[in-house]
Amino acid sequence: MSRKPVSKAPAGKQDKSLDQPKPKARMVTVYIMGKRHVVPEHATIMRAIEYSGQQIIRGAGCREGFCGACGTIYRLPGDYKIHSGLACTTLVQEGMSLTQIPAVPMEKAIYDVEKLSPDVDTIKRLYPVVFRCVACNTCTKSCPQGIQVMDYIQAAKRGDIAAIMDLSFDCVACGLCALRCPAEIVQHKVGVLGRRLYGRYLAKESKELGARIKQVESGQFDEEYASLMGMDKASLSKMYYERDIEP
Amino acid sequence: MKFSYYPGCTLKNHAKNFEDSTLFSMSHLGVEVEELPRWNCCGTVASLTADDLIHQLAPIRNLIRVKEANSTHLMTACSMCFSTLKRANERVRANPTELAQMNDFMYDEETPYEGDVEVHHVLSLVRDQVGFKDVTAKVVKPLAGLKVANYYGCTLVRPKQVAIDDTENPVVMENLIKALGATPIEFALKTECCGAYRTVDSPNIVADKTYQIINSARSRGAEIIAVSCPLCAFNLDQRQEATLKYHPDFIGLPVVYFTQLMAIAFGCEENVLQFGLHHFPPKPVLAGKGLI
Repeated sequence: MSRKPVSKAPAGKQDKSLDQPKPKARMVTVYIMGKRHVVPEHATIMRAIEYSGQQIIRGAGCREGFCGACGTIYRLPGDYKIHSGLACTTLVQEGMSLTQIPAVPMEKAIYDVEKLSPDVDTIKRLYPVVFRCVACNTCTKSCPQGIQVMDYIQAAKRGDIAAIMDLSFDCVACGLCALRCPAEIVQHKVGVLGRRLYGRYLAKESKELGARIKQVESGQFDEEYASLMGMDKASLSKMYYERDIEP
Repeated sequence: MKFSYYPGCTLKNHAKNFEDSTLFSMSHLGVEVEELPRWNCCGTVASLTADDLIHQLAPIRNLIRVKEANSTHLMTACSMCFSTLKRANERVRANPTELAQMNDFMYDEETPYEGDVEVHHVLSLVRDQVGFKDVTAKVVKPLAGLKVANYYGCTLVRPKQVAIDDTENPVVMENLIKALGATPIEFALKTECCGAYRTVDSPNIVADKTYQIINSARSRGAEIIAVSCPLCAFNLDQRQEATLKYHPDFIGLPVVYFTQLMAIAFGCEENVLQFGLHHFPPKPVLAGKGLI
């Protein structure tokens, strides 16, 4: 399954004569929640939905592939597989039939992270459902981020908190894994718990962070901060783009 | 020969003593083992449902991981994992159609499974690949005078097609214990079921089984019980507390993994044995024999 949006380069012909009108975008036919629409082929799913005249109220957030609000499932002609993608970063394809799933209903465990232990017993108490996993890997197949979702659920089953953190790090919590799981596990919530447990109990303490917090608290950056806050947008922007960027 | 080591979930937490003593012993015997990357739960119990292939995916996926690790031999210490992995392996070897269906479902895997991995248990591996003579030669602290009842439970010897030894009267553990310098004790209930998962909903059933099994071993003079399954270990050891409630005359015995006895005989440090994970402390009897 292709995880990344595939951008189709326009055909190689380039007519350089200036009096020709600009070529119109080529169009593709897609089915948005069952209804046929003709949309530009270079559109993302999100742009295609808007092009079709609909306003997205719940299924859009950052529009940059980070927030996970625009989880979408789709099928393609002649292909039995259910594909998934974030509507903001997945391009439409000819014959694509799609539905947005802006929210996946589920119950999340309520806990005080200060009162937990980073081990399998915590997982067992808060998300006992992980032990229903049969390793079918459907969650991994359905992840628009290309995460090895099943591997981190398996890590949860044996209390390997560091592995949950490592493997689930890029999760945007779209919830598509939880929707497709035949064992009805809430994978992304388990990932959140694992990352919290790791951050609270297992992460190495950063000496640099402590030193920097002391600097901040001692007022070392107050003046610089005040001058930044007083700048207009143009000079802020200039400063931002001219900043030193580590290679 | 390199073996891909499959730990199983329990050996990573509540049975860490099983894992540490296994790895110490394998290293001492010169058996090359390497933990399988990306292993998943074995499936825990071999699914008997004929048309429910999804429950066979977990064990077979692990066998794919063995191939991905450029190995064809898998070793596991937990007898439950052993049974689940081996039964799934035998099933797909005998049913190419099922295997094709499963490979088709697992299109996300780059390597298909073709029945080409061998599943070994530590006990059969030590018997067949190392040999008990070589085991004896590697002993640095013979377990002299220790009377050990060897408990097989169900999954090492049943069903017959995956049994590592004779189904009715297995002797592989006794022979290993002898090779380590200890005295194996024969007792009638060595292949009796421990009550297994009834421990969750009916601890009284397990208390009865534990009462019978441990009494049977005690009556023959055993001082310690050796097991190879974390669930048997839980039922025979941790459930002794419940057993005492139902049977006030119950006395109990320490329960250890056979690999812990190997590790002691091979001269391990005490931290490998992780006695903190035991309910009935094994230390007094072992210390009494000058073994720790």
